[in-house]
Amino acid sequence: MSGSLRLESVRIAIGAGTLIASLDLDVAPGECVTLMGPSGCGKSTLLAYISGALDPAFRATGRILIGSVDITALPPEARQVGILFQDDLLFPHMSVAGNLAFALPAVVRDRAVRRAHIEQALAEADLAGFGERDPATLSGGQRARVALMRTLLAGPKALLLDEPFNKLDIALRGEFRRFVFEHVARRELPMLLVTHDEADALEGGRVIRLTELC
Amino acid sequence: MTRRVLIIAALAAACLPWTALAQDLPWSEVVARARGETVNWNAWAGDDKTNAFIAWVAGEVRGRFGITLNHVKLKDTSEAVTRVVAEKAAGRLAGGTVDLIWLNGPNFLALKEQGLLYGPFAQRLPNFRYVDTVHKRSTVVDFTIPVDGFAAPWRMAQLVFVYDGARVRSPPTSMSGMLEWAKKNPGRLTHPQVRNFLGATFLKQALLELAPNAVVLQQPATDGNFSAATAPMWAWYDALRPNLWRQGRQFPENGPAQRQLLNDGEVDFLVSFNPAEAAVSVRAGLLPDSVRTLVFARGTIGNTSFVAIPFNAANKESAMVVADFLLEPATQAYAQDIEHLGSVTVLDVERLPAADRRRFAELSGLPAMPRDTQLGTMLLEPHPSWMTRMAAEWERRYTR
Amino acid sequence: MDDPHGRRMGAAIHEVTAANARRGARSSLAWAPFLTVGALLLPIAAGFLGTLLPAFGYLPALGGAHFNLSPWRALVAYPGFATSVVTTLCIGIATSLLAVAVAVGFCAFASGRPRVARWLGARGGWLSPLLSTPHSAIAIGFAFLVAPSGWIARGVSPWLTGWTLPPDIATVGDATGWTLVLGLLLKEVPFLVLMIIVALHQVPVERSLAIARSLGYRRSHAWLKVVLPQIHPQLRLPIYAVIAFSLSVVDVALILGPANPPTLSVLAVRWFTDADIQSYFPAAAGAILQTLLVISVIALWFGAERCAAWAGRNWIARGDRRGLLAPAAGFAAALACGMFALAALATIAMGIWSFAAQWRFPDAWPQAWSLATWSRHLPELLAPFVNTMAIGVCATAIALVLVAACLENESRRHVRAGNAALWTLYVPLLIPQVAFLFGAQVLLVRLDFDGTFAAVVWAHLVFVLPYLFLVLAEPWRALDPRFARTAAGLGASRTRAFFRVKLPILSRPIAAACAIAFAVSVGQYLATLFAGNGRVPTLTTEAVTLAAGADRRVIGIYAFAQSTLPLLAYVAAAGLPAILFRNRRGITT
Repeated sequence: MSGSLRLESVRIAIGAGTLIASLDLDVAPGECVTLMGPSGCGKSTLLAYISGALDPAFRATGRILIGSVDITALPPEARQVGILFQDDLLFPHMSVAGNLAFALPAVVRDRAVRRAHIEQALAEADLAGFGERDPATLSGGQRARVALMRTLLAGPKALLLDEPFNKLDIALRGEFRRFVFEHVARRELPMLLVTHDEADALEGGRVIRLTELC
Repeated sequence: MTRRVLIIAALAAACLPWTALAQDLPWSEVVARARGETVNWNAWAGDDKTNAFIAWVAGEVRGRFGITLNHVKLKDTSEAVTRVVAEKAAGRLAGGTVDLIWLNGPNFLALKEQGLLYGPFAQRLPNFRYVDTVHKRSTVVDFTIPVDGFAAPWRMAQLVFVYDGARVRSPPTSMSGMLEWAKKNPGRLTHPQVRNFLGATFLKQALLELAPNAVVLQQPATDGNFSAATAPMWAWYDALRPNLWRQGRQFPENGPAQRQLLNDGEVDFLVSFNPAEAAVSVRAGLLPDSVRTLVFARGTIGNTSFVAIPFNAANKESAMVVADFLLEPATQAYAQDIEHLGSVTVLDVERLPAADRRRFAELSGLPAMPRDTQLGTMLLEPHPSWMTRMAAEWERRYTR
Repeated sequence: MDDPHGRRMGAAIHEVTAANARRGARSSLAWAPFLTVGALLLPIAAGFLGTLLPAFGYLPALGGAHFNLSPWRALVAYPGFATSVVTTLCIGIATSLLAVAVAVGFCAFASGRPRVARWLGARGGWLSPLLSTPHSAIAIGFAFLVAPSGWIARGVSPWLTGWTLPPDIATVGDATGWTLVLGLLLKEVPFLVLMIIVALHQVPVERSLAIARSLGYRRSHAWLKVVLPQIHPQLRLPIYAVIAFSLSVVDVALILGPANPPTLSVLAVRWFTDADIQSYFPAAAGAILQTLLVISVIALWFGAERCAAWAGRNWIARGDRRGLLAPAAGFAAALACGMFALAALATIAMGIWSFAAQWRFPDAWPQAWSLATWSRHLPELLAPFVNTMAIGVCATAIALVLVAACLENESRRHVRAGNAALWTLYVPLLIPQVAFLFGAQVLLVRLDFDGTFAAVVWAHLVFVLPYLFLVLAEPWRALDPRFARTAAGLGASRTRAFFRVKLPILSRPIAAACAIAFAVSVGQYLATLFAGNGRVPTLTTEAVTLAAGADRRVIGIYAFAQSTLPLLAYVAAAGLPAILFRNRRGITT
């Protein structure tokens, strides 16, 4: 279904210093690689580079490939790389269904088919019937689930997660973590997770520690 | 051969600039050309009644001549002067935005001296023959400057004082009398600031009364004659000033502002150029009905309001038609009616045809409105240079 | 919202070099800043030149063919020149200081007091009527309030004071200018309060206050030491605009200010419109001097701000929890409320006048009421009303497109607009209008463009755009950049993300900015006069012209009409997003 996410000789520097010297990484479909390191260390910058939103203050070189497609030079919206932040960032002016519909690609034209996709996504998130709700009225855990379903509905080829469990309380964390890993594994997407919490890493998954310049 | 000559003559005629010499056209041609044109009449819009009058004129000229009259409202006539100057500075020598200006005095002088006026045209207006150029000299001599037909008169103005009859029992009848009255009633008299034409006229009236030799005032003011002629007036003013409203440190901006002060009860006198000011204001609810008009025993300054056409006006023909309409007896009678404007006519009523004479006779009188005969002598304005120098001298003396 | 990457990005933005910017994201909106600055720069530069040259004697059309200093000599020799300059400076500086002190004090007092905050509304809701009434209308109403024959005196006479005739006390037009200061404050304090409210949205006010109070500081104290330092950069430009306005205002100074001698800008305008054409030269010199005064006072303020910041840091670091600040803030808040009340009374007074037939001293209410003034003037109101609305809508719309394009271009290229470009935008607010409007008129006449609707819209755009930018810039830049990244991650093109994500989320700041911009357009006087050449009457030009006739009844009608349009705009700005997004708490709070 999708290829692996590959980083080749990625180097990120700012000013005189180097953030990431040279990184080669290959994330297989369905695999979750965890990037770890203390706060403010280049992890999020790397995600920004991969998703195409790197601030011009940084200088970055190196290739990014998804499958066989080189996405290094593509604009962010063409890369088909989904990103999930620690805040759900649901668009406040759209309903829950509206957020999901925004993500659903326009190639799916038929309204009934679109509605069906959205309903299915809501059902998978255990939020059936929540379509017309105002996102601000949902609880933190519910919003996080909607955010993930939104990201997945867009049909990304890879998934980046920037400390997505930070804002949730301990009880919700474990539940949401399982939810994320299950859905992503089902779709066999390569996943890159950035966190500073040891507990967030996937059991048995690869963990890479970024210790440069921290 | 003849045909070729005719063709060449026709081509040559076609090449003549179309802005030729409206002066030389017969009046019927002017009226015909005016049809369909728009006139931008720049006129001071501070007075409700005058605005209503101009709106009435607009309706009339549209119906009769097919002219669209557009009242460009000014806060001050000098705005229009500035506009014409700006257009000349920018090189717009035709198609100017100002077609007709209501002005007199220094504004007229400024434009005429700089050659910014179109004309002479006034004598060409058919209704000009009714203008009283004998008894109302200011219709042809504006502030000692001969008009020379560069402006057409349309209303008379004479300096009058309006006072609250309920509070002032025996008003003074001269400027010296004003001083005595002010000493007994400090803080109840004032005049508009001297840069305003009414304020300047207040000083001029005193000058005319107190100057040792009134004839010199018809000549331009020079360094030689100025101090001698004005010395008595300054002495009078120095005695007057501490007894003025706000101890002579503040003055109302213009005539209507002073009218507001009279209405508010802060002062007891109002200076105005409109003899019907009291009657009109009472009618409009701007003053209480106890006000009366005061005219001096030896006469007060009077002048005429004119309309002039800038050199680069886009619609000269229709402007002339409007100027002529203003001089029509029916229009003058309409304006003199205090229901509308209450302004004194520039025409010689005796020379009008019988029907028009009757119109004037029928105009209503009110206790606040002086009859034509009661206005007293109209004194001619001095040369404009006196006003300029006096304003400058006043500022030098009293502005700290 | 902790975003380590965002923080680093924020720190790194200062290191952006031109090379980096070029290597940054491409943007199809690169034309926007150039068009904006170009549309503004041309009339301002031309106008300023058209005033600078005559100031040194060069204006061939009036016979000035050589550069010389005689205009300056004439200016300095004018009787009362020194007094005029001193008065202008004193009034300007006093007004600015008081406006800032009262506005800041009021906000400090209101913080943490939820009842007051609710009263104020989320975006200064009920300040809108005060902000929408043009300054000349409020000034006339205020003049009526405080005059010895005014409403306050009428209210207490003769039963309290025994006056049957008004006393001969100087209030309006007093040589010290205190009425002018107070009259200006009536509009400037609400303006600064609104700017502070807008700035507060970018700062975590509640949390900062909660922390400070838990550390033992009283409410107002906490606000002044913790919140104010965070927002004061955003307040800099509004304060400079207030300084420039206080120093160079013309219409309010004509109504309330000293007349003998008047303030410098009134002198300049008098000379500009004088029948003696040669007085144009000292007028131009006066306008240039006025500009220099504004620049120097702003520079002075900047220096004083630095010192105050340094002193303030020491003061904060001392950890003193006592002091007179809290009562001072309370006092300032009381003053502010007093000013709001005065402004409201002034507006109401003009409203009553419009229905009055006769109203003399010492009656507290009109002796006779009548609708005649309304019925007489209502038909005349229609054309100026339509003009004002059309010009306002066009100018605001064009300004919105330009500002949105510039800001979006900024965020796409991760670049903050260079300071030079920003200052060009604000120049119309900082340079006295009279200093460049005549020159701009000459330019328009040369292009044969004057007197047209488009020329007036252009002239209004010059003043509307800075205010729109001022109010919209911070909320726009403060929008979480991750929304855009999320939308891009969902495959939405930049245009789609802009229209369907960014704009709706920013709908409230955009609406508020548009309302303010519209109010600015409605209140323009000199700009309409010069660009329209008298051909395009608006409510404000008509009102100021009629004010010369001093019939308070007519002025009351026009003041009312002048206020309705911006008021409608404010109501729409508050209501429209609420209606469009009525079930979306995330937008409406």
